[in-house]
Amino acid sequence: MKNNPRRQASKVPAPGESTAALLRELVAHLRQNRTQLRQEWARRIREAQLLTAMTEEEIFAEATSVYDNYVEALETGTFEALQAYARNLSERIIPRGVETDEVVGIVLLLRDVLARSLFAKYRDDFDKLNRILDAYEPAANRIANTVAVGFVQERERIIREQQEAIRELSTPVLQVRERLLILPIIGAIDPQRARQLTEQLLRGIRTNRAKVVVIDITGVAALDSNVANHLVQTVEASRLLGATVIVTGLSPEIAQTLVTIGVDLSKMNTVGDLQGGIEEAERLLGYRVGPISETSQAS
Amino acid sequence: MEVPILKQYHYLIATIQAALSDADLLHLRDALVERVGKFRSRGVIVDVTALDVMDSFASRTLRDLAHMIRLRGAETVIVGIQPEVAFAMVQLGLKLEGVATALDLEEGLEYLNKKTRTMGVEIEERS
Repeated sequence: MKNNPRRQASKVPAPGESTAALLRELVAHLRQNRTQLRQEWARRIREAQLLTAMTEEEIFAEATSVYDNYVEALETGTFEALQAYARNLSERIIPRGVETDEVVGIVLLLRDVLARSLFAKYRDDFDKLNRILDAYEPAANRIANTVAVGFVQERERIIREQQEAIRELSTPVLQVRERLLILPIIGAIDPQRARQLTEQLLRGIRTNRAKVVVIDITGVAALDSNVANHLVQTVEASRLLGATVIVTGLSPEIAQTLVTIGVDLSKMNTVGDLQGGIEEAERLLGYRVGPISETSQAS
Repeated sequence: MEVPILKQYHYLIATIQAALSDADLLHLRDALVERVGKFRSRGVIVDVTALDVMDSFASRTLRDLAHMIRLRGAETVIVGIQPEVAFAMVQLGLKLEGVATALDLEEGLEYLNKKTRTMGVEIEERS
């Protein structure tokens, strides 16, 4: 610790002039100078060309919220409110196209603006300035960290949600007759999609009380052995729920793959195309489909 | 724990209400096999709706149960396997081979009706 001969008469320097007391002094300063510091910060944001997706009024409004939350985090030493605010902020600005570097950028700018104001205030007492900065810096770093991490976590959560939504959209389970479900699969199937497909199908069988399911893979270009096994498992699991599965639309390539892999084909009921599959399913369900003729009476 | 076994015309219905120990499962198997003879039943329904886990022992015992009952001249249907249980079972390779399954009690009865009709007996549901 540097020994400075010049000391404020009113203060007895620590062993630990408590960090708490220093922070209180700091917070009071930040509150007192709230207006100028916010304006300075907003100016710097504009200068750095950050948050270009937002209008001036919006920037100032958010700047005010961030500033107040920042000061409160410094004051209370607790970061839950700040975390909640960071997530809430992210939820609002991510759809507007604000990027992570902008968010980290503005928080760091605030840190700078506040630090500069501390330099200005305590320029005559280097010792005091050091102690104030000792109290300020860890807190300020933690705040920057919290906001940045909160932002990134929110983005990741949104991405996960979107991925899930896409997956669910791409494997609809459709009821086309009483007790008959169709599962048209289009695109590549990875193990995760295969699993999700199976779960959706089993739930669909239970909900719709389906007795026959037609899984159409016309839109699937290729299967590897992993996915082929998933398909067999889907067929078996459906049977445990009392439903028969018909697989349709196997391309020549897939047919070859299945035979080469050695999948147990006795377990699989297959028909060439979807039309054939539906006809077979109707037959299994006891339907007889034919043209309405003029001469026949309604039974 | 004793599994209640109800008699409905020519069928026996056993509803499993909670997870069963290995001993309970064996007891159920033996009870059903015995009563099939005693009541001259044509079909047996084992309702496992309440089970959220099916391990290899349970699966094997149900399969043995079905085979033993067939030897005694009756058909068995396992009903009410939950989607999550079905999924877990096939992943573990527990297939209940050679055992009829149906979605629920109603489907199970319909299945048995069809089956026993082809055995030369017609069983009508009292409406």
